Amino acid sequence: MPDTKPEQKPEADKGATLPPRKMTRRSMLLALGIGINAVAAALFATPILGYIFAPARRREMRADLEWVSLGQLTQFPEGQTRLATYRNPFVRPWDGDTADIPCWVRRISAQKFQVFAINCAHLGCPVRWFPQSGLFMCPCHGGVYYADGARASGPPPRGLFEYNYKIEDAQIFIKAGQVPTLAEPPSRACTDQPARCVCA
Amino acid sequence: MRLIKALGQWFDQRLKLGKTIQETMAHPVPRSTASWAYVFGSASLTLMLLQFITGICLAFVYIPSAGGAWTSLQVLDHEQALGWFMRALHGWGSNFMVALVAIHMVQVFLFGAFKYPRELTWIVGIFLLLMTLGMAFTGQVMRFDQDAYWGLGIGASVMGRVPLVGPNLVHVMLGGPIIAGETLSRFFAIHVFIIPGALLAFVGVHLLMVLKLGINEWPMPGRVVTRATYLKEYHELTRKDGLPFFPDAFRKDLVFSGLLVLALVLCAAILGPIGPGEPPNPTVVEAMPRPDFFFLWAFAALALLPPSLETFLLIAGPIIAIGCLVALPLISGTGEKHWRRRPVAVLTLLVILVALTALTQLATYSPWSPVMDAWSGMSVPPKYLEGRSALQREGAVVFQAKQCRNCHSLGGEGGQRGPALDAVAVRLTQDELIRQVLQGGGNMPAYGKNLSPAETTALVAFLKTLYPPNRPPARNASLVTVESSPQDEAGNPSAKALQK
Repeated sequence: MPDTKPEQKPEADKGATLPPRKMTRRSMLLALGIGINAVAAALFATPILGYIFAPARRREMRADLEWVSLGQLTQFPEGQTRLATYRNPFVRPWDGDTADIPCWVRRISAQKFQVFAINCAHLGCPVRWFPQSGLFMCPCHGGVYYADGARASGPPPRGLFEYNYKIEDAQIFIKAGQVPTLAEPPSRACTDQPARCVCA
Repeated sequence: MRLIKALGQWFDQRLKLGKTIQETMAHPVPRSTASWAYVFGSASLTLMLLQFITGICLAFVYIPSAGGAWTSLQVLDHEQALGWFMRALHGWGSNFMVALVAIHMVQVFLFGAFKYPRELTWIVGIFLLLMTLGMAFTGQVMRFDQDAYWGLGIGASVMGRVPLVGPNLVHVMLGGPIIAGETLSRFFAIHVFIIPGALLAFVGVHLLMVLKLGINEWPMPGRVVTRATYLKEYHELTRKDGLPFFPDAFRKDLVFSGLLVLALVLCAAILGPIGPGEPPNPTVVEAMPRPDFFFLWAFAALALLPPSLETFLLIAGPIIAIGCLVALPLISGTGEKHWRRRPVAVLTLLVILVALTALTQLATYSPWSPVMDAWSGMSVPPKYLEGRSALQREGAVVFQAKQCRNCHSLGGEGGQRGPALDAVAVRLTQDELIRQVLQGGGNMPAYGKNLSPAETTALVAFLKTLYPPNRPPARNASLVTVESSPQDEAGNPSAKALQK
């Protein structure tokens, strides 16, 4: 019964511990208790943090990019820009429609393409292609891009994001798998300088 | 009756809470606080508790999965008995709660209630405000439709602008590389466990401090707060001119909360559940993402910020704003409380309110955004075709087909991104029109690559006819002189001067 002692405890403790600050069994047990719990807390918290921040681990992020097919080349007539969709290479069974990602495919010539991300470079809204005026327009904050993806007007800080592509077995493949943002454009080489001159 | 009393005593002998509750309820508060201006805090608390109840009810049916959430919302709205009403109560309750928390904050600010010794109460309140807004945002994600999907996209894009750790933040926020199943699960955990848990703890601390420090007295001009005297003055006030909190100060809280809940029930019953919109499918690109009412101002600000400052303001702006709010009581913790003696505070509040209102109003019609269906939905008004030549009418067709009206209005219809063109010929000469169309500029895309010379000629011929009858079209004075000089028989003085 621990409740019976407290009356005498303070005095006994004062006399024993205060002046010489000697290690007693009680204080050692307390220190041991704190120590054990600190180790336990660290062992408990580390995997929790690792679990929560798992999606940000470098290794995983790189593994998210894969070549995916957008379909036969014949689906994309020369000189036109068409909407294509692909199933994201990184999926969960319960993703539903959200793992179907659209992109704009512009066929310049037989072997020359530009594949633009759907996401506006400003804040990621879905840009729409208007063949009549030859512009991509964003419904959110008024970003507008030319047919070659270069910024035409509005708040976007750069041209449309472009995917790297390759052509194999009469199909077009793009390297895709994650939502394009300013920090992580799908291809760095092509988009730093929007390729306006190439397609003029 | 005797049985109830005996039962009450039985519990109290074991719980030992009766005395504490009695003392808490009857603690004296200044007479001036038994006012209608002091009812918003308790009303926010009431709404929060109702949100907990309706939220738990929704969790009985809702499926936090990207593939199933939207369908489960349909089941709630159309199949589950009273599911629509729970959704309506929860959705409108959220709007009510954000509004009440904001009003409560404005009242506390105007009454100087954040000053000594209630600085920490204010700071905890700031976190309660942030959590309320966090609940509103994550709640909008729970309503997993196109708006929610693209709202997450905007969130990811903002995160992506953070220097160094941007990509990592995007992945942590989304729970993976794209907006999909794990994103919704993550936001569900935040909306249902993390924020509500923190909210309960912070509300507890907030209330405890209100009890321990007493309710802020009605401020009087000239009654200055100093650290040395305030506590003594306050206790004097409650002793001499105080009322027991229960029932005297509590009555108005009770009435107001009751009326508010009635209003909420009516609102939910009449207006019904909010959304969901179209199912979340990124491949349906005809989306017009818009946030809920309380985030419209931010949506507008994102369109109107100067691009050079945008990234800085997106990331540092919230930190600075929260920092200012937290620092407020630490910087201005003493002195006058009455609004008449705090002109800077009142003006700051007014500027913020006017700015938020203006931005919200702008966001309701987003003039910065092209009207995406103007080319197909609006034809050139007939009055702009009457009496035009064939070339000019051909220009009107080009005008329609090249989607000029997505950004420019004619006859009051069309986009507001660029200027209205009803009187464009008054402002621009023919050469200026050609240059503007071909090269763009001033935020207009260049159409040089997209218009044939014939189309450009026709379009400019049409634009040249757009001037009101009482105002002459713009002319290039030198060009007129040169062109008219050979045929000039009336003896134009400037022409003669040129010929000399």
